[in-house]
Amino acid sequence: MQTQLEQFLTALRGMEVHVSPAEAIDAHRTVATIGYGDRTLLKDALCAALAKTADEVRRFDDCFDMFFSRDEFHDRSAGRDLEDLPEVELPLAQLLLSGTTSELAQAMEQAAVAAGASNIRYATQRGLLTRRILDQMGLRDLEALIGELKKGTDAPTATLAGRLEEGRTYLFEEARQYINRQFELYARAAGEQLREEFLRKTGLFALQQRDFDRMRKIVRRMARRLATRYDRRRKHTKRGVLDVRRTLRRSMAHDGIPFDTVWKQTKIERPKIVVICDVSQSVAAAAQFLLLFLYSLNEVIATLRAFAFSSHLVEVSDLLEDHPVERAIPAIMEKIGFRSTDYGRSLADFDEEFMDSVDRKTTIIILGDGRSNNSDPRIDLMRRLHDRSKSVIWLNPEPETFWGTGDSEMLRYRTFCHIARTCSTIEDLERIIDDVLKSYY
Amino acid sequence: MPKAAGPAANDKTASIEDIIEGLGGVGYIASRRIATAIFIAQNLNKPILVEGSAGVGKTELAISTAQWLGLPLIRMQCYEGLDESKALYEWKYGKQLLYTQLLKDKMGDTLAGADGLDEAMERLHGFGDLFFSESFLEPRPLLKALRQENGAVLLIDEIDKSDEEFEAFLLEVLSAFQVSIPEIGTIKATVPPIVFLTSNNVREMGDALKRRCLHLFIPLPDAKLEQRIVAARVPGVEDKLKRQLVSFVQMLREQDLKKLPSISETIDWARVLMLLHVDSLDVDLVRDTLNVLLKFEQDIDGVRREIPEIVRKASQA
Repeated sequence: MQTQLEQFLTALRGMEVHVSPAEAIDAHRTVATIGYGDRTLLKDALCAALAKTADEVRRFDDCFDMFFSRDEFHDRSAGRDLEDLPEVELPLAQLLLSGTTSELAQAMEQAAVAAGASNIRYATQRGLLTRRILDQMGLRDLEALIGELKKGTDAPTATLAGRLEEGRTYLFEEARQYINRQFELYARAAGEQLREEFLRKTGLFALQQRDFDRMRKIVRRMARRLATRYDRRRKHTKRGVLDVRRTLRRSMAHDGIPFDTVWKQTKIERPKIVVICDVSQSVAAAAQFLLLFLYSLNEVIATLRAFAFSSHLVEVSDLLEDHPVERAIPAIMEKIGFRSTDYGRSLADFDEEFMDSVDRKTTIIILGDGRSNNSDPRIDLMRRLHDRSKSVIWLNPEPETFWGTGDSEMLRYRTFCHIARTCSTIEDLERIIDDVLKSYY
Repeated sequence: MPKAAGPAANDKTASIEDIIEGLGGVGYIASRRIATAIFIAQNLNKPILVEGSAGVGKTELAISTAQWLGLPLIRMQCYEGLDESKALYEWKYGKQLLYTQLLKDKMGDTLAGADGLDEAMERLHGFGDLFFSESFLEPRPLLKALRQENGAVLLIDEIDKSDEEFEAFLLEVLSAFQVSIPEIGTIKATVPPIVFLTSNNVREMGDALKRRCLHLFIPLPDAKLEQRIVAARVPGVEDKLKRQLVSFVQMLREQDLKKLPSISETIDWARVLMLLHVDSLDVDLVRDTLNVLLKFEQDIDGVRREIPEIVRKASQA
């Protein structure tokens, strides 16, 4: 029974329910107290010990039901009258002829453990593992027996051969389904992880529409990670420097004896970040994901102002604030996207309306390819941005070798950026934003 | 491993049924999941982290458990800025001050006739060091709970309101049921208390804390359970009215509301209706008393138009 509980824990981990060794020990102690007799009790008790959020409770319930659904073996009309059939020696054949479904299920489970079915990771392993389970159960001997019986001529032998063939088909089907269940239990999450890993490293231009949901998850997690990291740091106080004035004042209540000491604290400013995102035709493929990132960033940084531009520039902070991501991004794209870029005009728009809000505490992040369709790039405005702000960071989805080719003004803009970098994958993006936030703390 | 809570508690929590019955006896209708969580917590000596929206009976569970087991309830309300001197222990500064004054007076007598500095120091060392001792320790809720002779129910309410640093203080208390005081040493619980932590999910709790706790999520109840709860909490409510008001609240929960009415609101409403001597729902009455159920002006405005329809359906229940 212990192995079974261990397997269940593995399955839970596969479903992204976090089970630490300490919790595994709890689970064993729980089972030792209540036993396996009452299934609802077992479920409730394990759930209390293992699932730690409402979300995990839901996944736990699913997993528990799937894992302990051994009865899913399909009923079949076994145990028909066997009197007139000749005796068979082979255990598997006997099982198929007269065994109950639960006996069969048990035999298959044993074979599965021997075949290492719970180690399944990829869909392509299914065929092989099915075969291994069947081999463990003695399929070869069964096939030999069927071949043997088929040579016989009398009626009972023929019936027996027919029965066994039926049984073999049934066995095949059940083994296949068993493996499918194992795959669902143990491998689904592993596959998902692989896919996410891949997406994090794929260039923004190469991302497909169908990956959008997955990307959303990745980006959100990333933004959250960044947020918690910096939230914590904000409260950091400088220890060890006594605030003499305030300590003396407080000591008056204690007859001048300084019981209550006050320490100087460093105040840390909240980051003030302005993001300007290019959503024009030339970066259309990447724009969605840049916006997605913008959206997540907006959720975690309270003082973010967001702008989008192509032929001109508009503020999109409110759009990001008020709508769910599925609607915010298309709304922005509809409002301003897919036109030909005019960096000069957009910078002028920014200068006219929003330059006032840029001060020495502001970090400006520009996401764009710097291709301005040969219009005036307004380098002077870029210089002004550079002078007024804490730092200007330009993230370009194009590789550096492309900068300055064709209508790209990137090399000229670069002069007035504190940092200008290629940012072609989500991973790059995270690293750079991390650097930006670091500069505040 | 510390032994389980006091003998009285052990007898009463021998099985899930006992727990359901016992809590029922003090007016708390526990679902099986709740009872199982308490049962496991008793056997594994672990705190329970109770989550659920406001008013589903998280705090009430701890209060009822204390009442049922006859143990003292020690309650600690968390808030931003709560620190160890308010949660664990504090030194009695005033008394310490007096003690030093006392010491100064006595010093002359003690040191009288001492030859030279060395002997004076010797005598001083022989003096019992009382300054940091348990008699000058002011126990705060957590320490108080550990020092109860017969065990206690410790309720750490709204843990999500506290700072992350505070969670770290709790870890030692929750996993080993002990408190380390640098000046004195470690104080261990004689009988581990039964600990409930409640959270409204204002922020996500740290993994370390979660791992040390059992998790219990209390959802909004279904109609059957809610009727039993109302019957237990508001004795004397008419059967017909009870069915109607519960089904009304259940339907209200399906609306788009900012804050769904939870059990405590249902109970309050039942009490109000009792006071008004009502025996069945009608539209005007519901309109007048809706502010008991819904706490936001927008919510009240939002459902105002739906009320006749919901009341009509509820009267058929």
